[in-house]
Amino acid sequence: MKDHYDIAIIGTGPAGMAAATVASAHVADVLIVDEQPEVGGQIYRGITRQSIKDRTILGDDYYKGQNLAGAFAASNVDHVSGATVWQVSPEREIGISKDGAAHLLTADQVIIATGAQERPFPIPGWTLPGVMTAGSAQILLKSSGITFSNAVFVGTGPLLYLIAYQYLKAGVPIRAILDTTPKSNRLKALPHLPGALSHLGSIMKGWKWIKALKSSGTLFIEGIDDLKITGKNSTEAIEYLVQNKWHRIETSNVFLHQGVVPNVNLAMASGCVYHWNEQKLCWHASTDEWGSSNVPGISIAGDGGGIGGAIAAEYQGRITAYQALYTTNKIKKQERDINVLPTRHALAHEMRIRPFLDAMFRPAVQFRIPTDDATMVCRCEEVTAGKIRASVSLGCAGPNQLKSFTRCGMGPCQGRFCSLSVSELIAEARNISVNELEQLRLRPPVKPLMLAELANLSTFASEDT
Amino acid sequence: MSTSKQTADAIIVGGGLHGCATALYLAMRGINCAVLEKDYVGRHASGVNAGGVRRLGRALPELPLADTALSIWRNIEDLVDDDCGFESLGQIKVAENDAELSALKNRAKTVQDIGFSHEEIIDQKQLRELLPAVASHCIGGLYVNGDGHANPYRTVTAFKRKAISMGVRIFEQTPVNEIVRHGTNWLVKSPSVKIEAPIIVNCAGAWGGSIAAQLGDYAPVEAQALMLMITARMPRFVKPVVGSQGRALSFKQFDNGTVMMGGAYQGRAEPEQNNTHLSFNGLAKNACAATAMFPIMRHATIVRSWAGIEGVMPDNIPVIGAGSANGVYHAFGFSAHGFALGPLVGKIITDLIDGGDIELPIDAFRIRRFSQNKDT
Amino acid sequence: MHEIEMNPSPKVSIKFDGQTLQANEGETVAAALLRQTHLAFRTTAVTGTSRGPFCMMGICFDCLVEIDGVPNKQACMTYVENGMRVKRQLGAGDTGVFLSDEEDTQ
Repeated sequence: MKDHYDIAIIGTGPAGMAAATVASAHVADVLIVDEQPEVGGQIYRGITRQSIKDRTILGDDYYKGQNLAGAFAASNVDHVSGATVWQVSPEREIGISKDGAAHLLTADQVIIATGAQERPFPIPGWTLPGVMTAGSAQILLKSSGITFSNAVFVGTGPLLYLIAYQYLKAGVPIRAILDTTPKSNRLKALPHLPGALSHLGSIMKGWKWIKALKSSGTLFIEGIDDLKITGKNSTEAIEYLVQNKWHRIETSNVFLHQGVVPNVNLAMASGCVYHWNEQKLCWHASTDEWGSSNVPGISIAGDGGGIGGAIAAEYQGRITAYQALYTTNKIKKQERDINVLPTRHALAHEMRIRPFLDAMFRPAVQFRIPTDDATMVCRCEEVTAGKIRASVSLGCAGPNQLKSFTRCGMGPCQGRFCSLSVSELIAEARNISVNELEQLRLRPPVKPLMLAELANLSTFASEDT
Repeated sequence: MSTSKQTADAIIVGGGLHGCATALYLAMRGINCAVLEKDYVGRHASGVNAGGVRRLGRALPELPLADTALSIWRNIEDLVDDDCGFESLGQIKVAENDAELSALKNRAKTVQDIGFSHEEIIDQKQLRELLPAVASHCIGGLYVNGDGHANPYRTVTAFKRKAISMGVRIFEQTPVNEIVRHGTNWLVKSPSVKIEAPIIVNCAGAWGGSIAAQLGDYAPVEAQALMLMITARMPRFVKPVVGSQGRALSFKQFDNGTVMMGGAYQGRAEPEQNNTHLSFNGLAKNACAATAMFPIMRHATIVRSWAGIEGVMPDNIPVIGAGSANGVYHAFGFSAHGFALGPLVGKIITDLIDGGDIELPIDAFRIRRFSQNKDT
Repeated sequence: MHEIEMNPSPKVSIKFDGQTLQANEGETVAAALLRQTHLAFRTTAVTGTSRGPFCMMGICFDCLVEIDGVPNKQACMTYVENGMRVKRQLGAGDTGVFLSDEEDTQ
């Protein structure tokens, strides 16, 4: 690793790979860092290794990542893998840990491409061993060929149906699919359908998965109103309420999913402003059409700024990279514009399906804001919904004060799995909207940093008084 | 939009610990007061400091105050209906070599010479009994039995709650725009409310300089961002609060197992934006100090670091006392060690206002000490 | 557990709470443990409740285990190596375990 780079990219998912490929075609000093040993992010995880023999299981969309990974591999970017970025300062000082040592380096331009994460799904019992996300099911399948027979898939959103369909293709028995998509979403999504018709192919594909699952004989129940997972030390059953009646299914494995949201911690800790999007029910980066944030030299590409999917992420990666090249005087304006124009058209096309998807799979409020006070909201510090509501009654006005009242948000995940729920819960308890709340103040290190690693930093950095 | 106008017996600018403590004591004396806080109570230094409650190592003029403050802390529950997480398991300043131990011995003597015997020298054997996890090369230390620490946010919130229950009006999200004279009173203007009172107390911390200026006083307070780090929970291995003679380090483990480290390493403060920036070079030095003194910390993980905005005076001791104009009082600039003194300073200011006897010597903290060197 | 046919990969041997298990080279500790249907990896520091992996991508911190004496290691972010000693993390991660394996050399 050098001390300084022209362009540094955080994340080797589609946005990062695309940005790195563009940037390194024009400039020598490009760094790309990722925690994982191999490229692909989460969506294309395992794409270079391709451990699964039967390519029909994962589906064509996954293998699209191969071209991207191939172009990336052929580029001359400085790729640091298995490294954790725990800081990007507003002055673009990047803190990285690798192999037990911490380093500080700088870059003229930083592109944050940290991708998406699963939306929290706070229901009773969601912390039991055996409960995992749909994303986990995908990772286990892609990277290790591990699946769980007779699992119950719960929630809403294309990724849930995709992984269940992949299980079906792989011949893994599914105990049940409990679909929590609110029935009223269909009507609300309808006005967005015409705009999404340019993606008829994708919509039909999703509809095909659902149809295949329903006709496979798998128990597929829609309109789920309430849920609880039970078990003493591990998952034993899941109970669900549909049409005012409670039912129970025995299972040791539950996969939860209600959409993906931007993984915002690194960008927010760098000072990038995010605004609350009431339709998408998550924070969206306040960036311009070049992906530039309010912090000079820092831009955001891909799902980490706002959910658009893998193809859109690739386009955004290209656009931010061209802008970074232009801003650092590596290419002229005309070259930037010529290259970016077709990408912009393609990106606009990709984004046309989003309003329909956002409306169709908008998660129900009872699965975002737990009604049962005993439900765990902060998994790390074991803080329940009831405790948070009680703090609000005692005058706690927002997520930052909540840390001091309850330790909620002070655990190692730093709010990744609780801050959405917490913000909505507090806003509801205070009868205000989420964008009136003070946002959770995030700080480096955005991932836990071992003290010995940090102590080693002194030997790399220049001495200051 | 016109703002509402209120009156009070006293106005306090700043809702940190010193502001809320002063408000509480005034209310206890039947003096009706209003507190104006530009953010929320405990937003800044008061809510996020290291929580040290100590006499150990203090500047000599502060010792009488710290000593009296400790006795308030021992019974803090009687004052604010909350024990504030106060634990007095002692504080130790560790020496790693003979030169450091000599320096500590000199300090112990200096303190004894002015009549305080709380700081005692301990040898290696005593050190290892009190700090079994300390590195084996450490040879002794300076120990204060009875010093300890408390939970800052909990403390300032307890003072706020008790003050409100006694009729104090606390206006949060209420920055002071302007302070003017109105006859013999002070009129404080904010975007949402105007308040008039004959007495005004400046507890505005790092922002105390500009408030002082509007009251006709000069105090060169500097906003500094002093960094702290905290780990994931660990099994309990250290009870006293630990400092070092040779390294900048303050080190304590809470009941919940997390370990907090500081050492006056500076980040960068932007007080007007309520922002602080961390310097990882500084935190790295802090990490070196911690791992050198406590090898068990090598594999501890930092889960969070932050920096509060502290008001620091050039001579590192606070401003406490009456201002030059009538009805003006100051309690700010505690230079990153004001937490322990909060429960006492509120009482001192109240005594000054109420005409009571001030038994403790506070002349060293007078605000005029800065003007005396200034050309007018 | 149902295994999908994978391209062959070399095997690696690790220990979990003293028991030897086989893992595939290039997979995470979490995957290796889940393959043996170990769903719980730790107990929490606050209430001692059982937890296991949740997100498998390094952001939930529920898969924490002790690896070769070092606590608070995310099993889903650590790749298996021959001879690795993995232990369930019970309560708060104990960094003193490592020290008992070596002298305090300061």
